[in-house]
Parts: sequence; structure tokens; C-alpha cells
Amino acid sequence: MDSSLTSPSADIEGATSAISAPRARRRPLAVVGVIAASFLLTGCTLPSFGAYHGATTQGRTTFHLWQGFFVAGLVVGGFVLLLILWALIRYRKKSEEIPKQTQYHTLTEVIYTVVPIIIVVILFVFTVLAENKVDALPPTKTVIHVNAFQWGWEFDYPGGVKVIGDLTDAPTMVVPTGDNVRIYLNSLDVLHGFYVPEFNFSRYASPGYTTDFSFNVLHTGTFRGQCTQLCGLYHSLMFFNVKAITPSQYANWLQVQQAKVKADPASVPQLPTGVKNTSGNPDNPTTSGSGAYGD
Amino acid sequence: MTDVLDPPLVVDQPHEPDGHGNGHGGGHEAHGPTGILKWLTSTDHKVIGMSYMITSLVMFYLAGIMALFIRLQLTSPHSTLLSFNQYNELFTMHGSLMLYLFAGPFAFGGLANYIVPLQIGAPDMAFPRLNALSYWLYLTGSITMLLGFFVAGGAASFGWVAYAPLSSATSSPGIGGDVWIMALALTGFSAIFTGVNLVATTFYLRAPGMTMFRMPIFTWNMLVTGILILIAFPVLTSALIMLFCDRHFGTHIYTVTGCHLVNGAVTHTCGSPLLWQNLFWFFGHPEVYILALPFFGIVTEVLPVFSRKPVFGYKGMVFATMAIAALSTGVWAHHMFTTGAVLLPFFSFLSLLIAVPTGIKFFNWIGTMWHGQLQFTTAMLFSIGFLFAFLMGGVTGIMLASPPIDFATHDTYFVVAHFHQVLFGTAVFAGFSGLYYWYPKMYGRMLNEKLGKWHFWLMFIGFWVTFMPQYVVGLLGMPRRVASYPSNLGWQSYNIVSTVGAFIIALSFLMLLINFVVSWRNPVPAGNNPWDGHTLEWFTTSPPPHHNYTHLPPIRSERPTWDYNHPDNLTVHHGPAKSPPKEKVPVA
Repeated sequence: MDSSLTSPSADIEGATSAISAPRARRRPLAVVGVIAASFLLTGCTLPSFGAYHGATTQGRTTFHLWQGFFVAGLVVGGFVLLLILWALIRYRKKSEEIPKQTQYHTLTEVIYTVVPIIIVVILFVFTVLAENKVDALPPTKTVIHVNAFQWGWEFDYPGGVKVIGDLTDAPTMVVPTGDNVRIYLNSLDVLHGFYVPEFNFSRYASPGYTTDFSFNVLHTGTFRGQCTQLCGLYHSLMFFNVKAITPSQYANWLQVQQAKVKADPASVPQLPTGVKNTSGNPDNPTTSGSGAYGD
Repeated sequence: MTDVLDPPLVVDQPHEPDGHGNGHGGGHEAHGPTGILKWLTSTDHKVIGMSYMITSLVMFYLAGIMALFIRLQLTSPHSTLLSFNQYNELFTMHGSLMLYLFAGPFAFGGLANYIVPLQIGAPDMAFPRLNALSYWLYLTGSITMLLGFFVAGGAASFGWVAYAPLSSATSSPGIGGDVWIMALALTGFSAIFTGVNLVATTFYLRAPGMTMFRMPIFTWNMLVTGILILIAFPVLTSALIMLFCDRHFGTHIYTVTGCHLVNGAVTHTCGSPLLWQNLFWFFGHPEVYILALPFFGIVTEVLPVFSRKPVFGYKGMVFATMAIAALSTGVWAHHMFTTGAVLLPFFSFLSLLIAVPTGIKFFNWIGTMWHGQLQFTTAMLFSIGFLFAFLMGGVTGIMLASPPIDFATHDTYFVVAHFHQVLFGTAVFAGFSGLYYWYPKMYGRMLNEKLGKWHFWLMFIGFWVTFMPQYVVGLLGMPRRVASYPSNLGWQSYNIVSTVGAFIIALSFLMLLINFVVSWRNPVPAGNNPWDGHTLEWFTTSPPPHHNYTHLPPIRSERPTWDYNHPDNLTVHHGPAKSPPKEKVPVA
């Protein structure tokens, strides 16, 4: 257990054993030993506990953190639940006798203050380790500017390539697998939420400033995305897709699109009529880096 | 229930409530008006408290009915029961009513108003007329909020958090939004005045012998709640006024409309939508604890009485309450993890840290029951239900305090399930525990225990059936605040189960209405102290007389009524050199 605590990797073996370690002071050692050992042995074969495994490296990191938190929650929550149930069953009223009027027990009070602090610190350490991976912005050439609007999405690629879709026709963002994809996210009107469930990731699209994040898709496929932040009447219908293809296919696709734009600039899709950029954000940010809060 | 214990009517060492020189004259309206005029003109904290409770219960039932419509809409993926706009209005008003007009006012306007002066032996709140003003502002605000449904364009539909710039005049035209802002400004002032009253009352109107560390935990929690109200509500009210200015007077505090671009980048001479989120949650997160602490207080009254033991770790409990309050002012941005504009580790750590004092409370509650003689009355069942509900909501809360997990679940039904379990656990389970516990004191008659237990069990089952599927469907990616959803994603079955649960909960609240009618038609006298209560309010008559007390028992611990009734079973202090409680002479 100690070795896993100091292990630089925050993968699931480390997470689960470290999280359950402080519990050992509270529970019979054998029980914790069995639980910790079983998690150590099963490793990544832990159940998903209802979450997506994560189709990106970032999403996978979050997934492992989720597993660790879930196990910690099961152990701590289960322990408290057992205490409550025990009290309810064992101490239900049996006579009119007045029980001993105990009010303080210093040692118990110290233990139930200190142990949760230790648990919280451990959870925090694993949170920061995962967060630094999920939030990292590795340098890349694959850059896509996303503008959200009521009610649709605009994806801008280098070379003037645009993909725009709204309620009637959800747009598809094409990305390469195995490459760091940098997204610069804006909104043209109100707040929106860029959410891809299978990436285990969401980010607000705000008018007035640009936020950026990076993901690296693990395998090809199409992943559904949806707006998560209430944005008015048709919030429920603001869908998009992310289609991950191999890097060579992607390079090919982008070249074809850029050639099309060059041959016929009028073929570039426009924002639907009625959508106005009232945000102060650039409509077609071809050169800009991140905005005020970008990093 | 069967062991009705009335304390003797004659007290050996009576203290005259007017004789201890706290400057409260008393008796000036002992023979005031009766009937409806009494309700309209009263400054009696008990009458105002009951007005608050009745009004807030009406709001609760209305918001509950809205929830049923919301649930019905979601039983099928593309339901046409409600239009998108109606749906948006309903969840906005459901949240607004539940949070602003039920949970808070029920606790700090209703129960606290009624119980706090009784628990500290005070004749009334410190500022009775301000107290009356609070209620009338609250009632006016509540009616204003509901009037939103009848104005052109319909009620506000931007969610109970009113995120800018969706709440701007451009994106949400019509006076529904203005009515919503006005309603909240009114109830905001009402809450601020109540906060002033609670703090002043607990500081200045305690009876002789009632030192701060002899105040019951409920009163302690109401004091801390009062302070939190004074910290949080002025921020909301100011933020709302600025929002109103944005909507009507051409200011750009929360909007970036009309900003100029300099070299393609936004200049910062314009407003910021993020500012609204910061201000709102600087109110909103303390608000969460304003909605939780009073209910923790209720549970801490109910569990000891029905375990026949003192609160375990009383002082630790008080410090845990203060720690929660202090931390709650530094965690607001955990609602904003996905903005990409907040310092994640700071807010994550403080949010996780709140688990520590909350955990202390859990162990206090368990320690109180430990070695006790648990009586499962309706009030006790509701408090135990709270323990289960809040445990589940708390564990998922820890998960959400971790930013990467929040990224994955933010604004999905996972969060909806989390905060409903927390708020339902506190405001509903603990709130109705308090109602069943103090109803006999307020009306001098019992509620029917059999109907009460039906209420509890139906609600307990309905609670889990409603909210557990929401965790699952949230993890599958279903966003909140959607009126329709794709039919090919397997979300429907979870939503149907959730809706069934909601109707079970609704059924349980019919039981409460029946119970009210039964107790009204066939009163069962409660006596002064039907539960063998610990705290001062169980010493006086039910309902208490005008100005509450003619006599007080000696106050030598935080449970004077218990000490009076059980002189041979005083609190045992464990630990070195602290065994027998020292007899202390009352201050007067």
C-alpha cells in the first residue's frame, strides 16, 4: 500500500488502495485488507459504476478517478450506513430504563475528526493529479474554433473551413485520433455547454471570453454531443457529433475541404439567418490565440 | 406517544420572565384582537411563525405539483404534454418556489420564528414589528412570483439561477423575468430582516442561565443561519438590482453586447456574464447551507429526544456548524468548474473539506443514538430518513467536488439527483420531522402517528425510486432542463421509474393533508410535553401562552426540561476530571 501511495501514477491501483488505507484505522484490519487486495488484484477490471470508460486519454483519466471516488464512497458511505443500521437495530427501545446520559468521548471525537481530514487530503491529491492531466494543453497543430449559438454549433478549421449546423441538422466535428486536438470555445449569444458524454468532459461556452481545452481521442468512431447549459427555448435540441477518423484520413479530409473553399469561397456555410453575433467574440477567429481566461 | 409526561405545573424556583431586566416590557398586547384580525396585525412570533409555515407549505405543494408535470413530460422522449416554453417556465418556478419560497422560509421564517424564542426562554423575537414586516414582504414576494404565470409572455424561464446573459432583456424579453426579480428582491429583504431578528434574539433575549453553550443545537444552527443570511442575501439582492438595471436601464454589467473589439480581442470595458455566476453563487452556496443548517438543527433536536440521551459531542457539533458556515463562503466556484475560469484546486479542496464538519455531525448523530433507547415515532422516522438521504447526497457531493468528475457530470441528471437528495433530505425529511415533532407544541394536539408513518414510508420509498434512476441516466449523459430527449439512447425507462417515484412521493403528501384534517376534526390533546422533550419549549403549555412563559425551570445545561424531569439522570461527561456536571447558579 505504501508503495502505491508514493507511486507517481494516479491510476486505479494507487487510487483505491490509498483511499481505503485510512479506513483501516476504523474497521477490522482483515476486512480492509480483503477489500484493498481485491481492488489491487482486479485493477482496471473494476466495474465502471455506470460511467463511460472515456474515449479520450483525458476521459480515461477521469474515468479512473471516478472509479477511485466511487470505491472510496462505497467504503466510507457503507461504513457510516452500517453504523446507522447497527444503532437502529441494536438500540431500539427495549424498556423504560433511562440509558446512561453520555455526552462526550474525547478519543472518539478526535478520531472522527482526524480520519475524515486524512481521507479528504488523499482524495484531493488524486483529484489534482487527474485534473492536471485533464486540463493540460499540449502543443498541437490540430486546432478547431467552436462557436455555440442559439441553437447550433459552428466549427472552424484552418484555411477557412467551416462546419455549421443547427436544430434541423446537427453538425459533425471531424477530428483525428491519437492527436492532441485543441478546442477554442466561444459563444455568440448566451451560455452554452459543450458536452460529449463519452469524453467524460464538458465546458461552458461563454460570450465575451475564449476558453480552450485539449483532448486526444483513443479510437475511431462517432460520439454524440449536446448542449448542457440552459440556453433558451430549444436547449433540448442542441446536438452535435464528434467523428474521430485516422490522422491520414483527417489530413485528407481537411485538404479536400480547404481546396473546396479555395475553389468556391461562396460554398463556405454561413450562420443561419437570424443568428447574430452579439457576444463581442470574433466570428471567425483565424489567428487568435486564447482569450483573456484561456489558460 | 403513550408515555405522556407532563411536568408539574408548580415550579419550585420560579423566575419571573419580566424580572430579569432584559428591557422587555411584555404584556402590551395580551388582549389584542382575535380571529382574522389577529393574524393580520399580530407581532407575536408564534403567529408569524405559523403564517410563515402555512404559506411556505402552500408553496411546497404548488412546487410539488409543478414537479409532477415536469416528471410527466419526461416519461416519453418527445412528449407534447407541455410546450418547450411551458416546460422551461415550470422548472424555473419549481426551483424558485422550492428554494426561495419553501425551504428557507419554512425553516428560518417558520420553525425558527416559532421555536427559537421558546428554546431560549424569550418572550418574543427581538424586533417583533420587523418580524411582521418580514412575513408580509415574504407573502408579497411569493404572490409576485406566482403572478409571473399570468403576465404576457409567461413566467420567467431562465432557470432558478437566472444565468446571464440568458436572463438579459434581449434573450428573455417580457415582464416574466422582471416579476421574478422583484419577487426575489422582496423575499430577499424579508430574509435579511429575519436574519437580523434571529441574531439579535439569540444574542440579547436569552433567559437567565441560558448561556451560549446551553443553547439547544437548533437555536445554535439558527443563529449561524442568521449570520449566513446576513452574509449571503445582500449579495443576491444587489446582484438582482444590477440585473434589473441591465434589463431596463441600458447598463452592461452582465452582458457583453455592444463591446468593442480591439485587434480581435474583447476589451474589458464591457460587462461579464461570469460576474453574475460569481455573485449568484457567492449567495447561492451559503444559501445551500442556509437551507441545510436549520434542518440539521431539527434532526439534532429529534434524535436525542427519541434516543433519551443528550446530543453526543454537543460542543463539537456547534464548532462543526460554524466550520460549515465559514467554509460555505469559500466554495461558490465549485458551481463554475466547467467555466474554465476558476482556480480549480482551491475551490475543490475547500469543497472537499466541508465533508469533515458534515462528517462530524453524522458521527454526532450516530453517537447520540448509540446505547440509547430508540423510539420510532413519526418524527424520529423522518430524522432517520434524513440520515440515509443525506448520506447518499453527501457521498455524491464529494464526487462532484472533484473537478474532473464534475466535468463529466456537470449539468446532467447526476447533479440533479445529487442536489435533490441533499435538499430533499434536509428540507423535506428533516423539515417534516420538525413538523411532526413540534406540531403538538404549536397546536396543543397530536398528529396521527399511523398516518404519519404511512406518510414516512411512502415518501421514503418514493424518494429512492425517484432519484436513484436519475444518477444512472445522468451518467449516461442526459442533461438537465431538457423538455425532450432522443428516444434511441435508453433513457426512457429510467425516466418512467423516476416519474413513478415522484407520484409515490405525491401520494405520501396526501397523507399529511389527511393528517391535518384528522387532527383538526378529532383533536387528541398533546399536553405540555408529549415526547419527554429536553429543551425549554416543552416546559410551557401547548400552545404556549402569550409571551411564552410564566415560569422557567432552572437552566443548568442545554436541556433544562429534561434536568427538571429527570434530576437523577443528568448528563454524564466522559473524559478526565469532568465526570459530574457542576452545579451552576443561574446568572440572575
